[in-house]
Amino acid sequence: MNERLWSILVESFPKLLGYGIRVTVPLTVFSFSIALAVALLVALIQYAKVRGLQQICRFYIWITRGTPLLVQLYIVFFGLPSLGIKLPAFTAAMLVLGFNEGAYMSETIRGALEGVSRGQIEAGYCVGLTFPKIMWHIALPQAFRTAFPALGNSMISMLKETSMAATISVMEMFRQAQVINGRVYESLGLYLEVALIYLLFCTFLTFLQRRGEKRLSGYGGKNS
Amino acid sequence: MMLEVRDVRKNFDGLQVLDGISFDVEKSDVVAILGPSGSGKTTLLRCLNFLEKADAGRIVLDGRQADLNRATKAEIAALRRKTAFVFQNFNLFLNKTVLDNVTLGLTAGAGMKKTEAREIAVEMLEKVGMADKIASYPSQLSGGQQQRVAIARALASRPEIIFFDEPTSALDPELIGEVLTVMRRLAEEGMTMLVVTHEMSFARNVSSKVLFLEGGRITESGPSKEFFSNPKEERTKAFLRSIEYSKES
Repeated sequence: MNERLWSILVESFPKLLGYGIRVTVPLTVFSFSIALAVALLVALIQYAKVRGLQQICRFYIWITRGTPLLVQLYIVFFGLPSLGIKLPAFTAAMLVLGFNEGAYMSETIRGALEGVSRGQIEAGYCVGLTFPKIMWHIALPQAFRTAFPALGNSMISMLKETSMAATISVMEMFRQAQVINGRVYESLGLYLEVALIYLLFCTFLTFLQRRGEKRLSGYGGKNS
Repeated sequence: MMLEVRDVRKNFDGLQVLDGISFDVEKSDVVAILGPSGSGKTTLLRCLNFLEKADAGRIVLDGRQADLNRATKAEIAALRRKTAFVFQNFNLFLNKTVLDNVTLGLTAGAGMKKTEAREIAVEMLEKVGMADKIASYPSQLSGGQQQRVAIARALASRPEIIFFDEPTSALDPELIGEVLTVMRRLAEEGMTMLVVTHEMSFARNVSSKVLFLEGGRITESGPSKEFFSNPKEERTKAFLRSIEYSKES
């Protein structure tokens, strides 16, 4: 490797990492929080078969899963201003990522909820619990445990998808790599470098996921 | 009268599962509901506790009246406070310890203080011989132990009547005894019980009354002694003979 490239990479590494920590990670955390909230709500509405709202949820999932993330980003950031809705790039990316992944996660959570035995729900009614309380104390904790590995996967793909925000001018890690490359023309080196940092982040998330799964295997894991 | 059941009807996809069921249960009665499989026993029990919506029928439970088809949420909740249900498959809350299984209805349901609920739970768990397993999770227990916890959970709300839906049918033969022992003790203490069962020894020796269901109707009913020693209906005789036969073989 020549000296010029090496010094470029050494110099850009802390810069890229800095953008990763200050922008990519918060964007992932905020988007994931939105996605989780949306997914929980949508899953519960579907599980409880709330008339009217259920149809709206299905429509949302249909639209969101059936159109590309990139197109959704463009519609919200470049398209909505013509209706008078102007969102800052970071906000737009956060909302689109959140609602996009939320559609997938809602199906994960709904599936996990369906997996909680009907009998436990009936037993809940019989001991005098209301539907929300049965959800809170019995169904959701068990569903969360089932859904946890899949939700971890969602978070990992979301972290990588934040790079799409570069296309709507969010100055995140990948956009920063593009900017540096625009000055020095070292595409291979710089993009491999930024890939490595994504890999580091994802490895850390995988580690967290494993630890989480271990902690969640609390109740009667051995015999069940 | 503890429980009056009048003209319960239920149709599943054109099949008349319950075809006008009426009976009475007095305080401290232990009523065994017998009958061939598919005769509607379980459906009857589930309708009485609103787990299944009957097409028609009325009940009066401890002076409180309700239409089984049109009861409001509030009426259902009020009636359920007076009843408890023990399932064939136990249906313990898998994410809760034995103790929490028993207290959850008291705390989250009835708004009781934790310490108070715990006291009641421990008392009930002692009654069923499960007080030493308070911190275990259901998956760490045998079927018989799980069913005894389920009975403690049923007792905790101090119900006027407990519905048992084939409480020993999912158990290995060697575990049936411990559950029946607990039920026999409850009967002796004067608990009112309505028990769908295939355990003839329980029906014969513990229950005070028997209802024989077939094709969605009660075809014979009466005091257990009489039912077993002197059945009137030809169909009942055949049923009892078939059971005797299967016992011998």
